[in-house]
Amino acid sequence: MDMGSLLHQFIQQMINGISLGSIYALIALGYTMIYGIIKLINFAHGDIYMVGAYLGFIATTYLGFGFFGAIIFAMVGAGLAGIIIERVAYRPMRNAPRIAILITAIGVSFFLEYTMMLIASPQPRTFPAIFEATVYHLGPLVVNSQQILILVSALVLMVALTYIVNKTKAGMAMRAVSFDADAAQLMGINVDKTISLTFALGSALAAAGGVLVGIYYNSIDPLMGMMPGMKAFIAAVLGGIGIIPGAMAGGLILGVVEALVSGFISSTFRDAASFAILILILLYKPTGLLGKNVREKV
Amino acid sequence: MNKQRKNDLLALGACVLIYAIFEGLIQLEVIGPFWELNMVLICINIILASSLNMINGYTGQFSIGHAGFLAVGAYVGAIFTVKLGLPFPVAIIAGTIAAGFLGFLIGLPTLRLNGDYLAIATLGLGEIIRICILNIDYVGGASGFMGIPRLTSFTNIFWIMIVILFFIKNFKNSAHGRACLAIRENEIAADTMGIDTTKYKVMAFTLGAAFAGTAGVMFSHYFYIAHPASFTFMRSFDILTMVVLGGLGSMTGSITGAIVLTFISAYLAEFPEWRMIVYSVTMIVLMLRRPQGLFGSAELSAEMFKGLTKRIGGVKIGK
Repeated sequence: MDMGSLLHQFIQQMINGISLGSIYALIALGYTMIYGIIKLINFAHGDIYMVGAYLGFIATTYLGFGFFGAIIFAMVGAGLAGIIIERVAYRPMRNAPRIAILITAIGVSFFLEYTMMLIASPQPRTFPAIFEATVYHLGPLVVNSQQILILVSALVLMVALTYIVNKTKAGMAMRAVSFDADAAQLMGINVDKTISLTFALGSALAAAGGVLVGIYYNSIDPLMGMMPGMKAFIAAVLGGIGIIPGAMAGGLILGVVEALVSGFISSTFRDAASFAILILILLYKPTGLLGKNVREKV
Repeated sequence: MNKQRKNDLLALGACVLIYAIFEGLIQLEVIGPFWELNMVLICINIILASSLNMINGYTGQFSIGHAGFLAVGAYVGAIFTVKLGLPFPVAIIAGTIAAGFLGFLIGLPTLRLNGDYLAIATLGLGEIIRICILNIDYVGGASGFMGIPRLTSFTNIFWIMIVILFFIKNFKNSAHGRACLAIRENEIAADTMGIDTTKYKVMAFTLGAAFAGTAGVMFSHYFYIAHPASFTFMRSFDILTMVVLGGLGSMTGSITGAIVLTFISAYLAEFPEWRMIVYSVTMIVLMLRRPQGLFGSAELSAEMFKGLTKRIGGVKIGK
C-alpha cells in the first residue's frame, strides 16, 4: 500500500471513528454523571440504551413518528425507566456496601436484557429507514449522511447537557450533590430528587444514542447494549470518571482507536483493543486523562 | 487424634457415603443420563463457585472474569489430550497450571486496583481471553474446539471436587487464609499489621484461577467441545450468582448456591429467557433483602449441628 492510499484510509477510518465515538460519548455521559453523583457503576446503562433503541423502533414503526418525534419519545421513555430503576433498585441500597450495589446493577442489566427478549423476541428487528442515506464523496473520502446526523445530534445534546449542568439551578444542585451529598442536603437541596434527575438525564442521552445507532445500523436486538455499554464505561474511565468533558473526549478517542484497529489490523480485535485501553489506563492513570489525583485519607 | 483431624475424617466419610449413593443410583439406572449430566455439571459448578469464593469471598477482591480462566483450562486441557495425545491426568494438571499462571500474570498488575475498578478490569480481561481464543485457528476459532473425547465421569469429577474443597477449606484455616480474611475485613489495617497484602491477594487470585482451570478441563472433556460462546461474561455472572446466593465467604454457601442454581437452570433449560430473569431477580431481591446471602459467612459444621441440637434441647427443657 502506498502512502497516499494509506493516508486516505487513515482519514476515512477517522471519520468512521468519530461518528462511532460520538455514540460512545453519549452513553458515557450518563455513566459519568451517575458515577459522579452516587459512585455507582451503573451496569444497566448499556441496556437503557437498548431500551431507548426499542422505544425509537416503536415510535417510528407503530406510532408513525418522524426522527425528532422518535428521539424525544425514546428519551422521555428511557428517562422514566431510569428514574424507576433508581427508585426501586438503587435507592434502598444507598448505604449498602459497594459490592452489593454493583451486584444489583448487574442484576438490573440482565433483567432488562432478558425481559426485552421475552417481550420482543431475541431476533434482531429492522429499524425503519427514516432518513434517505445519501453518500457524499469528498475527493476519495466517503461520508454518509447518517454519520453527519449522528455527529450533529450528539453535539447538540452534549451542548444542551453542558448548559443544564453549568448554568441552571438543577445543574448546580447536581454538581453540589456530587461534591458532597451531606453538605448539599444541609443547604436545602433535595438530594433524592437531584439523583432522580441525574438518572433521567443520563438515561435520556443513552436512549438518544440508541435511536441514532438504530438509524445507522438499521438493526436492533435485546443484547445490543452489552458491548456499547462496556465501551462507554471504558470511555468514561478513559476521560476520568465523574468528569463530563472527559466522557466526551474519552468516547471520541475510543471510537477512533476502534475504527483504526478494525481498519488496519482486524475487526475481530476491536473489542480486545478497547479492553486493553481500559486496563492500561487503570494501571497507569486510574483517574483518567482529565482526572486529578486525589489522595485517599485514612 | 486431634479434633480437626477427627472432623476431617467424618467429612470424608460423609463424602464416601454421598458418592456411594449417587454412583449406585447411576449404576442402577435410577438416575438417567439427563440427571447424570446435571450431577457432573453440579460438581463443575461447585469447583467454580468455591474457587471464585476464595477470591471474592475470603479475600474480598471483586473479580467477575472467572469464565476466562474456565476457558483457558478447557482449551489447554483439550490441546493436551487431542493435539498432543497425552493422558487425561496430565491434561488436568496442565490446564490447572496454565490457568493459574495466567491468573498470576493478570493478578499481579490488576490487584492493585480496588472495588469497582478491579471488577471492570477482570471483566475486561475475561473478554480479552475469549476474543483471543476466538482468533486462534489452531484451536478452532469461532467454530470451537471439536472432537474432544469424553474422559470426565461422575467418579473422577466428584473426587477432584472433594480434593479441591478440602484444599480450600484448609487454605481458609491456614495462616495464608487468615491473612486473606484480614485483607477482606480491612486492607489498610492488614497492611499495617505487617501482612503483605499484594502477595496474599495474588495468591488467592492465582489459586482461584487454577481451580477454575481444573473445572475447565473437566468441562470440555465432558461435553466433547470447547466453544468460545460458553465462556462469555454471562458464564462469569452465573458463577458469581452462585457465590452471592450462598453467601460471600462461605464454602457451604457456594456449594449450596451451585447446587440450587444448577437445578434451577436444568428445569428452565427450555426457557432461556426465564432462566436469566429468575437469576437477575434473585440477585436484586437478595441484595435488597439479605445482602449476606443464604449462609452469610457461616459454615456448616459439626459445631453448627451441636448448637442446633442444644437450642432445640433448650426449648424442650423450657417447656
